[in-house]
Amino acid sequence: MSEILEVIGALLMVLGALLAAIGALGLLRLPDLYSRLHAATKPQTLGLLLVLGGLALVIRTWSAVTTLIIVLGAQALTAPMAAHLLGRATHRTQSNVDAEQIACDELTRAHEQANSPAHEQTNSPAPAGDEPRAP
Amino acid sequence: MTALLVLAGVLLLIGGSMSIAAINRGPTNLDRALGADVLVVIVISAMALYIAWTRDEGSLPILMVVALSGFVGSVSVARFMARRRGGRA
Repeated sequence: MSEILEVIGALLMVLGALLAAIGALGLLRLPDLYSRLHAATKPQTLGLLLVLGGLALVIRTWSAVTTLIIVLGAQALTAPMAAHLLGRATHRTQSNVDAEQIACDELTRAHEQANSPAHEQTNSPAPAGDEPRAP
Repeated sequence: MTALLVLAGVLLLIGGSMSIAAINRGPTNLDRALGADVLVVIVISAMALYIAWTRDEGSLPILMVVALSGFVGSVSVARFMARRRGGRA
């Protein structure tokens, strides 16, 4: 029984390591930071869940499981925040991003509406913003 | 069990090498911060592999410290870049 659990745990660890390798490959292959964020956040959440779940199946003590839950919770709480900040900084600096590739840029539209003088007059019609605007 | 752990270690080695190559390539510092984030996850996974290999539960707090402090680097890099070039931070 314990042998089966250990093999299942090792299999989960192999899956998590595979996901980490795929994420790192995506970092090398994808063109700009917005698409690299997509590749990089998969090993940060699902890959770590698989590896730590496999470790819990191998060790099988409650003290180890509580520590692993803390590790996984900390990573799951902070990884989206770091990714969000990186995306926002990229949007502000506009560095190494092809503007033609962005299909919908709502943040630039919101900034322009907030900064335009029409925003301060009341009852003025908002500028037609259905189509994406190049930053 | 042993073969599977060795396979996972080889995969982690490949992933770590590729993320270091991504950090080296850049081209901006934000890309490097993202690569460092992935490298932190790979280090945590490698340490989990080590613990599974040796059944050494005393190393679990190291895992926790790395996971709790790993995000500070990329957050501070992102704030610094936004302040320096964007103007409105």
